[in-house]
Amino acid sequence: MAGWGGPSWADGEVRTGTTIMAVEFDGGVVVGSDSRVSAGEAVVNRVFDKLAPLHERIYCALSGSAADAQAVADMVHFHLELHSMDMEEAPLVLAAASLVKGISYKYKEELSAHLMVAGWDRRKGGQVYGTLGGMLTRQPFAIGGSGSTYIYGYVDAAYKPGMTPEECRQFTKNAIALAMSRDGSSGGVIYLVTITKAGAEEQVFLGDDIPKFYDE
Amino acid sequence: MEAGGMRAPPPFWAGGPAPGELYSPPCFGTAGRGPELQAGGGDPLTRTLNPMVTGTSVLGVKFDGGVVIAADMLGSYGSLARFRNISRIMKVNDNTVLGASGDYADFQYLKQVIDQMVIDEELLGDGHSYSPKAIHSWLTRAMYSRRSKMNPLWNTVVIGGFYNGESFLGYVDMLGVAYQDTTLATGYGAYLAQPLMREVLEKKPILTKDEARDLVERCMKILYYRDARSFNRYELAIVTEKGVEVEGPLTLETNWDIAHLIRGFE
Repeated sequence: MAGWGGPSWADGEVRTGTTIMAVEFDGGVVVGSDSRVSAGEAVVNRVFDKLAPLHERIYCALSGSAADAQAVADMVHFHLELHSMDMEEAPLVLAAASLVKGISYKYKEELSAHLMVAGWDRRKGGQVYGTLGGMLTRQPFAIGGSGSTYIYGYVDAAYKPGMTPEECRQFTKNAIALAMSRDGSSGGVIYLVTITKAGAEEQVFLGDDIPKFYDE
Repeated sequence: MEAGGMRAPPPFWAGGPAPGELYSPPCFGTAGRGPELQAGGGDPLTRTLNPMVTGTSVLGVKFDGGVVIAADMLGSYGSLARFRNISRIMKVNDNTVLGASGDYADFQYLKQVIDQMVIDEELLGDGHSYSPKAIHSWLTRAMYSRRSKMNPLWNTVVIGGFYNGESFLGYVDMLGVAYQDTTLATGYGAYLAQPLMREVLEKKPILTKDEARDLVERCMKILYYRDARSFNRYELAIVTEKGVEVEGPLTLETNWDIAHLIRGFE
């Protein structure tokens, strides 16, 4: 039944499709994602939270193969817990990102997931790291997932350095909303997490709370 | 060693050359067609082998005194929601409507052909117009004929109508498969909506117009949740003895409250 003539969910592995985004501001980061998990054209989960905590003030955003992404996030969560107990202090965002990078790079050929790591630590404040393909790069903001291709223009035009946390949240919500309305593999609700010295604050935006744009 | 010599070694890849065989890589327009190219007939570049801009499910439900058909207004280009304001429903005449999923260009071609047919019939001036059954029958033959020439119209079509006091609801797909039923759905709707529609009709075989409409709306909502190629703006076509009413664009109400219960994936 798989392949041509059969339903596409029979031959598609479960992917998060996805639009994910993370933005740095002075004192923290905002991380956001959509909530759709698709298997081909079927929406397997419409309210999946793709923002996984790696530690109290470090989150990662999952994209690509759902299984692979969760596996990596779980492994890094485990390592970080041990590491922070050894160090007797909160782990650095760079440490979390390096762990993610290490796994992504070593199993580059086998894995099909991209995790973005973002958080706050007391050494460098808010940081966003991309780990695409097993590299490690710090960025002022990062987008990822299949839906991100539709918003490169928007984010390049709308981003300005020195935004406040609220502006960053609005920027993230706008970008994800735009991607969700164009990418068939993204959709649902918008999950947002704001991480600062004070901790991580999670939010959900659904229905009318999602920014609206031209959609004809 | 078998008598009769060795068998020919298998090709290097499916559709590829055997060792030592001359290989012509497929060029644009001939990929995957090979020997059929001569047999296929006609200009190869006009064949729809892969749908480009596509529409997803079309739903249809019969009720007491007519039928209702619904289709969203999205034309997808792969996974891209490319055109968000296109109509996939056409009014054939005062007693028939047609909704199409699949390739949108093929639907537009079909629309052109049918519109011309309807005009030509009007010009005969004998007061007759095509019945829904006639359109369905013609379309079945047309689609089957195209498929037999290996040049299908890449659509799955739902025809709904009301003629001589009877509701009509028919299905034709790109293979020429055709049937009639009290509820119909194409694409994803066949898997997600059809069971729901059948369940309702099993309990209550004759629906009122409003019940049919509510059922279709409920199914469209669920399709919007669960079909990754759907959209929340749709059109509704209702055919009764009074004629055809195409409503739209309508927007689906959605409920995402369960999202509040989710935190992380553990």
